[in-house]
Amino acid sequence: MMKGFQNIKWQRYLNYVAIGLVLIIFSSLALAGGLPQSTVFKLEEIAISIILAVSLSLVVGFLGELSLGHAGFMCVGAYLGGKVSAILVEPLGNGILTLLISLAVGGLCAGLCGFIIGLPALRLKGDYLAITTLAFGEIVRTIFQNTSPESFGGAIGLATPRFNRKYFFIICFIMVLVTLAVIQNLIRSKHGRAITAIRDNEIAARATGVNVTRYKLTGFIVAAVFAGLAGVLFSYTQSNVSSATFDYNYSIEILVMVVLGGMGSINGSIIAATLITFLNKELATVLTGDLAVLKDLIYALILILIVIYNNSPKLAGFREKYNLKNLFARLTKNRFSKHDADDTKRWDVVPTKIKMDALLSTDFVVTEVKADKPKEEDHE
Amino acid sequence: MSEFVLETKNLGISFGGLRAVSDVNLQIKHGEIYGLIGPNGAGKTTVFNLLTGVYQPTEGTFFLEGKELKRMSQEKINHAGIARTFQNIRLFNNMTVRRNVMVGLHNREEFRCSMAESLFRLPRHFKVEREMKERAVEILEIFDLQDERNTLACNLPYGKQRKLEIARALATEPKLLLLDEPAASMNPHETEDLRRTVELLREKLGVTILLIEHDLKFVSGICDRITVLNFGTVIAEGSTKDALSDPEVIKAYIGK
Repeated sequence: MMKGFQNIKWQRYLNYVAIGLVLIIFSSLALAGGLPQSTVFKLEEIAISIILAVSLSLVVGFLGELSLGHAGFMCVGAYLGGKVSAILVEPLGNGILTLLISLAVGGLCAGLCGFIIGLPALRLKGDYLAITTLAFGEIVRTIFQNTSPESFGGAIGLATPRFNRKYFFIICFIMVLVTLAVIQNLIRSKHGRAITAIRDNEIAARATGVNVTRYKLTGFIVAAVFAGLAGVLFSYTQSNVSSATFDYNYSIEILVMVVLGGMGSINGSIIAATLITFLNKELATVLTGDLAVLKDLIYALILILIVIYNNSPKLAGFREKYNLKNLFARLTKNRFSKHDADDTKRWDVVPTKIKMDALLSTDFVVTEVKADKPKEEDHE
Repeated sequence: MSEFVLETKNLGISFGGLRAVSDVNLQIKHGEIYGLIGPNGAGKTTVFNLLTGVYQPTEGTFFLEGKELKRMSQEKINHAGIARTFQNIRLFNNMTVRRNVMVGLHNREEFRCSMAESLFRLPRHFKVEREMKERAVEILEIFDLQDERNTLACNLPYGKQRKLEIARALATEPKLLLLDEPAASMNPHETEDLRRTVELLREKLGVTILLIEHDLKFVSGICDRITVLNFGTVIAEGSTKDALSDPEVIKAYIGK
């Protein structure tokens, strides 16, 4: 039993632990009454951003398709989920049941849109798909903007009921954990491997028998469902859902989170989503009045600096020396380094192993560059 | 079961008015290593693309063990039992060597695991993942790549990338393996190594192999029979020695 425990790769579940800790700390603070309202709002927004970034990361970072319409899926979720909750709040009350039903409706409808957008994605490549998704986002937004005031509020926006704001961030963070569990489990399975294979080389993936249609659609649908769920949560944090929120700038902002966090890194997306949302909020509160115009400028400057830091070849040595991964490896070296040794042992007992060392001994290719670190986390 | 692993009947394709390949009749027996050679632009790779569903044939048809595969998608053809490698190596570069092979194992019946089983982390998921890893390393051992299993595919030296591509194709358990210029830009030592590996595949695993190659020494050393293409049509076929000494073939390669 103990041995089985030791073989679990703890690093893989670290993000759950980190988010769980954040959740426990802040919820106990909230229960004790020590949490100012502004912090609660920030936490809600951060949670929603994380859900959006992680779900978009599935499409952009793992499936390798550029999607610029993520806010559109969120818009669908926000409007439909918000509408459902507005209808249900009379008979069912403003409770957890209403929330769950609206989450289900918002998520499913967004997922359906994901399916519809996934279909052209099977034929379109790169820039063309980006334009299609961009157009999708704008179309959805415009449709909701032009609805009648009775249905979805039109230009005034949809009035939605609000949950008890004091504790709503707890629900948001639980949804973050659900998102993480689903997307991470999907990626760290044979299905995720197929999705990454499509990203790396679609032609080879087809020739290797990967069902490209199925996995592309899966990627788009799952990402859309979670964007929709984020939208429903968003509608609960606002008393009025306005379609202007979900413009392409918002989609790009989510994309920035994914890109800054590093393509194909879920933890990166989480960190980037947290930092960017926090930065945005802080800048908005610090720079008031005439200085408000500087907000976008400073935001852009910080983004540029991060991009330069991440990619400059001259800083490579510095990055290598001081990064979280190495620090973590150093801290946990003694406890967690046994897995690979185990791996090598197992091959000796494989019964069908074909002994061919003698036959293939002519291989004299110099392989000095053996040591290398896989760029992405080991998702197996 | 049909006598031949692969049988093509008047296979051909036209791109608009250009007849790229026409009237190709191949009959490849079980366990054979069959060569498809010809000067540049003869249509060899086009034949491969027809056989793997990249292009749909405009004329004729082809059968794998008696089953007609015409108009099937690339994935379906792979499931039916034809796997290929590419002239310009196409690996999953940002994945480790072992994961490359595991993608090849994806559709095997014994590694079936639904998406729900993976999402909810049911026992079957762990079992399948563990077995896939083991099987992948077994396959890598055939190619002597097991020590590089955690290397990124793009960091492998050229010869090993070629081998990995074959390993990945082999992981799909093909009845027929198509190798598109496996010995291209290899040094003599690597070529020799490759020759042994290919022969080994036939001996130990009984795979039937159809290969395109420009290195005629390699071809004459390994192929049982060959077909020579020029300008999209067959100009000679038969046992390797006979076909290579055919005057038409010499004319196509060297000129009059």
